[in-house]
Amino acid sequence: MNLGKFPYCKKCNAWRVFAVLAIVLLALPFVTDALLGRGWVRIADFALLYIMLALGLNIVVGYAGLLDLGYVAFFAVGAYNYALLSSPQFGLHWPVWVVLPLGGLLAGFFGVLLGAPTLRLRGDYLAIVTLGFGEIIRIFLNNLNAPVNVTNGPQGISMIDPVQSGGISLGSTQQVFGITLPSVHLYYYLFLCFTLLVIFVSLRLENSRIGRAWMAIREDEVAAEAMGINTRNIKLLAFSMGATFGGLSGGLFAGFQGFISPESFSLTESVMILCMVVLGGMGNIGGVILGGVLLVLLPEALRNGAGPVQQWLFGKTLVDPESLRMLLFGLALVVVMLVRPAGLWPSTQRRRELSDDDDDVVKQELESVYGSSK
Amino acid sequence: MSYKHLSLSLAVLLAATLVACGKSGTSATTPATPEVNSGASDVSVVKIGASAPLTGPQAHIGKDNENGTRMAIEDANAKGVIIGGKKVRFELLSEDDQTDPKTATIVAQKLVDAKVSGVIGHLNSGTTIPASRIYSDNGIPQISPSATAVTYTAQGFKTAFRVMANDGQQGKVLGEFAAKTLGAKKIAVLDDRTAYGQGLADEFIKSAQANGAQIVTHEYTTDKAVDFTAVLTSIKGKKPDLVFFGGMDPQGAPMLKQLKTLALDVKFMMGDGGYTPKFIENAGAASEGAYASLPGVPLDHMPGGKDFSQRYEAKFKQPIQLYAPYCYDAVNVMIAAMQKAGSADPAKYLPELAKVEYDGVTARITFDDKGDLMGGAITLYQVQQGKWQPLQTMGGGPAAAH
Amino acid sequence: MDIFLQQILNGLVQGSVYALVALGYTMVYGILGLINFAHGEVVMVGAMVALTVSQLLLATGLPPLLVLLIALMVAAAACMVLGYGIERIAYRPLRNAPRLAPLITAIGVSIVLQNLAMIFWGREYHAFPQLLPNGLHTLGGAVINDVQLIIMLVALLMMTGLMLLVHRTRLGRAMRAVAENPSAAMLMGVDINRVISVTFMLGSALAAVAGIMVSANYGIVHYYMGSILGLKAFTAAVLGGIGNLRGAMLGGVLLGLIESLGAGYIGDLSGGFFGSNYQDVFAFFVLIAVLIFRPSGLLGERVAERA
Repeated sequence: MNLGKFPYCKKCNAWRVFAVLAIVLLALPFVTDALLGRGWVRIADFALLYIMLALGLNIVVGYAGLLDLGYVAFFAVGAYNYALLSSPQFGLHWPVWVVLPLGGLLAGFFGVLLGAPTLRLRGDYLAIVTLGFGEIIRIFLNNLNAPVNVTNGPQGISMIDPVQSGGISLGSTQQVFGITLPSVHLYYYLFLCFTLLVIFVSLRLENSRIGRAWMAIREDEVAAEAMGINTRNIKLLAFSMGATFGGLSGGLFAGFQGFISPESFSLTESVMILCMVVLGGMGNIGGVILGGVLLVLLPEALRNGAGPVQQWLFGKTLVDPESLRMLLFGLALVVVMLVRPAGLWPSTQRRRELSDDDDDVVKQELESVYGSSK
Repeated sequence: MSYKHLSLSLAVLLAATLVACGKSGTSATTPATPEVNSGASDVSVVKIGASAPLTGPQAHIGKDNENGTRMAIEDANAKGVIIGGKKVRFELLSEDDQTDPKTATIVAQKLVDAKVSGVIGHLNSGTTIPASRIYSDNGIPQISPSATAVTYTAQGFKTAFRVMANDGQQGKVLGEFAAKTLGAKKIAVLDDRTAYGQGLADEFIKSAQANGAQIVTHEYTTDKAVDFTAVLTSIKGKKPDLVFFGGMDPQGAPMLKQLKTLALDVKFMMGDGGYTPKFIENAGAASEGAYASLPGVPLDHMPGGKDFSQRYEAKFKQPIQLYAPYCYDAVNVMIAAMQKAGSADPAKYLPELAKVEYDGVTARITFDDKGDLMGGAITLYQVQQGKWQPLQTMGGGPAAAH
Repeated sequence: MDIFLQQILNGLVQGSVYALVALGYTMVYGILGLINFAHGEVVMVGAMVALTVSQLLLATGLPPLLVLLIALMVAAAACMVLGYGIERIAYRPLRNAPRLAPLITAIGVSIVLQNLAMIFWGREYHAFPQLLPNGLHTLGGAVINDVQLIIMLVALLMMTGLMLLVHRTRLGRAMRAVAENPSAAMLMGVDINRVISVTFMLGSALAAVAGIMVSANYGIVHYYMGSILGLKAFTAAVLGGIGNLRGAMLGGVLLGLIESLGAGYIGDLSGGFFGSNYQDVFAFFVLIAVLIFRPSGLLGERVAERA
């Protein structure tokens, strides 16, 4: 962290912003609960889960430039790992601090498994193979109920233990310092911690030697190799790092839902996560977070909005609001990409590549490093 | 640099959340009213939640569910229901769960937030099971009109009920019918690898084997497939005299057509997923002679059943697809329990719901201690002259033990 | 033996269906290097329009073949307009944008088309009328009907027609030039916007034909049919080498054969451990294996042949 570059007051300013944000994020579930209802706290929980997924995919797609259409497979591996090790399915109830890291590791291993045969593939060929990989995992999960019942097949696994440790379960309401915390609030804080961890790791990776190697591969694989980067290892590392994040959030998802079945891990999910990354701004952590939040909230916001807006525009309901919801969602994807082709909040590198007016960008960057001229 | 990034990222996270919350302000205009809200004219409002997929591949059946629920609620309002000496008006809150387990839990939480007195839903087992935990945590009674997975009521939730026979009950009857009544000796089984299709097919196999039939092969397809020639050809090689398909009509109809094209002359049988007018329409002449089952007694044989189907067609300009009558019954059972308890408060009427006895349009509805339909009769139908004709009704007996 | 022959025939028919759709994919990809993920939805719209037209016309008592012809023309016209619109709105403004931007707009367009179709044509599965003859023929113990024969024929004709167009016409030369180097083509006086528009319209017309053939074969249409069909066709196109017309045909037929033989024999091969439920796994494994040895598909390297 190059804090030394900031003038002193810049630093304390950043801390002030940081403190305000921390307070707001901590208060968010309570405010949301009071204003909009607990359903929206649950949506916030899912938003956090998807931010973790999107950040994981961002490593593969955003940093290393490898188009992955089967990312949900790692989510599934993590979720099933948790479900099998803490549910009545095998009668196992392993502690969560073993199961969650194990899910991450397992997913990381699967990431290497996927990466190894695809090293030579580029672009769209890689896309179809990763897509196939995602489907293969899903089909196995869906069918491994015979001849030996492992995953319970399409019926899914139910009665999964909530995240719990030392007699405190996040699955039920808890009292902390006299404050009543319902289950969704508890999960919110848990997911928030993990999201911060994932953001932190992403940030550190971005500016590390490995991160720069990923970006070098993204920009030009041949040149990167010529510069002495071991593209094979670095690519595999990208797959497994991304997968680890996916596996981790998969485990959290299983504990949160209490029930998982293969239909939660379809191709559509992979596509949605990819949309979050690209729409928000590939390679930029802030952008990816923005994308994740938007794409989780938008369909839910439209759920309530489509009916009343029609009423207001035409005086009556012409088309079922629920038919319009996904239609508007699709339109939003198109419009956002048309208006901001590099994503809502692109990374500075991307901006530099795209902008015609290089001077402007350079100026912006200088400002971002040295502060505005005032 | 990193700190700045970090705080920026967090700022975005926050801003986006707030923006979206602002957008959803419309939802806040329907305030979380207490579930019994005295209106101006001494009529209290009772909210009933409903959830089914209204978009996506199963939307046609989901919409049918919503229609059935809506009709029951409108009927009740037209009739004027009095609960605990007070006139009440029912209000339907219908939500789209997109066949997605995750969305289903969001929807469930929203319905709970809206203070519904009870929920009719969901359509699929995969959405019903995760949602049932939320209803149970909040003490809201849930009646699924169509989820058949045994797991749903086996989780031990007091709030989970269904007015549909589970896979165990239905598979048992189907297997018995195939082996005994139709005298099938060699049976080929196909399933679509969904919770419904696989569950039903497995129970069917158990029952058919117990009744002396031999399962010559078990093949698979998916709920999105349209081409079944490959698996049907393998089945043809095993020379069965009956093919059973655990799945829904969008696959069943083309499957039956391809079966005929392959000159595979066997009996064809499905569960409730095949009993639709669309099955006959889409399979055309090939559908003649096909079998399907449906829990309950034929609608025409029930008091009010014929009237229901006629009014449904008049109102929604289409025939009943599948589960609309079950939704209709589910709402009425719920209302009956509320009347008995004299309250629409979930905590008060839940015990009454557990021991309710109600004559619906599909069957006489009582629940066993798990919340499954007790002694549910199952009727077998065959396509004769382009119409589903009831063959026989077989008494189900108590739900299969698991 | 007759069972094996039947499986081969099943695979050929299924493969021709994939090839029909894959040709449209590959055509657009060959020119623009862009996967038109909305292609499956255009196929669906073609089928739906044809359904409506034929329902209307059959009621007037016209002969089925004439109805089919009119339905085909109307559907093709509708799809061409649609394809033109999609290209103008969702792809053209993004021609110089990052590679993944048009992918997202394509996904958006798919969602929009699906939901529009749901609003227009309803949520039900519709029976597609019997417009083509479906007499049965027996071939050494295996069965095939007229519709299936016609599908194979149409797929072959379409591929040949496209190859002729690309290699023997002025338009085709312009297409190849744009595919090779858009800027150079523009300098040589090729109106690249027009060429790309025409390519899209042509691809969409092909989608309409494919939609009608698929619906005629399976006798069923639904607003959701495009997604899975598009996915399979995309797989087929990649298997054959995306951007290559003959590759699309080869990939389609191969995928069809792999699927049907996989579904038919995987159980026997694996001693009963795997069944037809692993049909897609088998197909993807073959795809991965092919791509490991030939990273740009079976026929992908012959760049000169790119459409």
